[in-house]
Amino acid sequence: MKLHRILALVNRHLMLYKRSPQRLMEIVYWPLLDLMVWGFITMYLARYKEGLPAFVTFFLGALILWDILFRAQQGICISFLEEIWSRNLLNLFVSPLRTGEFLAATMTVSIIKVIGAAIMTIGLAYLFYSFNLFMIGLSLVPFVINLVVTGWAIGIFTTAIILRYGQEAEVLAWGLAFLFQPVSAVFYPISVLPPWLQTIANGIPAAHVFEGMRAVIETANFPLTELLWAAGLNVLYLAGAILFFNGMFRIVKAKGLLVRVGE
Amino acid sequence: MAHSVVEVRKLTKRFERVTAVNEISFEIYQGEILGMLGPNGAGKTTTIQMLLGVTTPTSGQIRILGLDLNRRREEILGQVNFSSSYVSLPQSLTVWENLRVFAQLYHVRNYREKIDRLLSVFEIAPLRDTVSRKLSTGQSTRVSLAKALLNDPKILFLDEPTASLDPDIADKTRSMLKTIRAQSGLTILYTSHNMREMEEMSDRIIFLNKGEIISTGTPAEIMKRYQGEDLEEVFLKVARGKT
Repeated sequence: MKLHRILALVNRHLMLYKRSPQRLMEIVYWPLLDLMVWGFITMYLARYKEGLPAFVTFFLGALILWDILFRAQQGICISFLEEIWSRNLLNLFVSPLRTGEFLAATMTVSIIKVIGAAIMTIGLAYLFYSFNLFMIGLSLVPFVINLVVTGWAIGIFTTAIILRYGQEAEVLAWGLAFLFQPVSAVFYPISVLPPWLQTIANGIPAAHVFEGMRAVIETANFPLTELLWAAGLNVLYLAGAILFFNGMFRIVKAKGLLVRVGE
Repeated sequence: MAHSVVEVRKLTKRFERVTAVNEISFEIYQGEILGMLGPNGAGKTTTIQMLLGVTTPTSGQIRILGLDLNRRREEILGQVNFSSSYVSLPQSLTVWENLRVFAQLYHVRNYREKIDRLLSVFEIAPLRDTVSRKLSTGQSTRVSLAKALLNDPKILFLDEPTASLDPDIADKTRSMLKTIRAQSGLTILYTSHNMREMEEMSDRIIFLNKGEIISTGTPAEIMKRYQGEDLEEVFLKVARGKT
C-alpha cells in the first residue's frame, strides 16, 4: 500500500466537489429532505404517543444513523461510478495502483462524505427539533463506526457487481443498502419481526447497532454484547466483500472486461 | 545492438471459444518505435491490454524491462505509460488538476515543473485551468499524451493516439512524439489504422491477423514482401485475404 496513490485518488474526488456543487446534493439535499419529512412526522406522532418514552430520540436517532450507513455505502459506490462515467478506469489500472489502494481511497472518500452529511443532519436536527444526538452519549461512537463499516461492506460488494456486470448494474448503487433496511431493525426492534426474519436480522451487523442504540436510550447501560456482535459480523462481511471484489477483479481481467466497463 | 525491453513469448488469449491472440512471440528494442498493424479483430488491443496487465493472458510469458509482468506488475507499471484516444481523463477536473492527480499516482517528483514543461511541449499551457470537458478532441489527446509522459516512462503504449484528430494536429502530435523519442530514447508501441502514419512513425512493424503474427519487418520490407506500393495496399490485401 502506497499512501501517495491513495491520496491521489482522494484528492481527485475532493476536487470534484470544489468544481461541481451539484454533487453536494448527495451530502446535503437528500439527508435534509429525509430529516424534514421524518422529523415532522415524528413530532406529529409524538403528540399522540405521550406515554412512549424517547419517541423522538428513537426515530430521529435512527434516521441519522441509517443515513450514516447509507452515505458510507454511497461513498464507495459513487467514487467507483465517477471513474466509469469519466471513462478513467483504464487510466487508473494501467498505473501501479493496486485494488487495495483503490478501495482504501474510496473508503477514505466515504468517511469524508459521512462526516459532512452527519454534521449537517445532526446540526439541522438540533435546529429544527431541538434533538441532540449526543445526549445518547459517547457510547454512540463505536456503534457509528460499525455502521460505517457495514456501509463499506455493502458498498464494496455493490461495486464488485458493477465492475463485473457493467453499468447495467448501476441501479444497485442506490438500492442495495435498502434491501437490508427491513432486517436492520432501524425503526423497530428485532422482536417485532417474524421468527424467520429475526434469524436473518441477527446476522446483520446494523441490526445489532440499532438494537444497541435503543438499549442505550432505554436503559442507559452500554450494550457490549450487541457491539461485539456488530463488530464480529462486520469483520466477516468486510473481509468477505474485499475477497469478493478481488475475485470479481480477477474475472474481469480474465474476460478482458476492464476496458469495457462503462460502455 | 539495442537490448529488448519487451519480450513476449507464446502469448495466447482465448475468450471462451474465440482465440483473440494465438501464441505470438516478439520483442521490442530499446528506443524503437514498433507499429502494430492489423484489421479489426486482429488482436492488437488485446495484446496491448495484456502488456499493460489489465487483461490476463490464457498462457505465455511477458517480460518488460527484464521483469516478469505477472510477478512485478507494480514495478513495471511505474516505468511505463499508456495513452489512447478512446480513454479520457475526468471531465470535471481542469487540465492541471488531472495531471496533478496522475503525477501523484506515479509519485512524480517536482511535479509542478514537470507538468508546466509538458503543457509547454504539447502547446496546451493556455489550457492549464480549463475544465477537461471544454477541450476539443485534439486538445484532450494532447493532455492524455502529457499524462502518459508524466512519469518519464521507459516504454509508451499508444493505442491509436491520433484517431479523430485533424491532419494538422495529428502531424504535430507525431512530430512531438518523434522529438521526445529522439531526446529521451523512449520506446514506443504504436497502433493505428492510418497506414501513412504507420509508415512514417514505425522503425519496425508487426502485422497481426486473426490473432497471429503474419509478418514482421521494416515498413519497406513488409511492402516488398507483399508486393504493395504502400502499407495501405498491403493492409487491404491482408484484410481481404488476397495474400
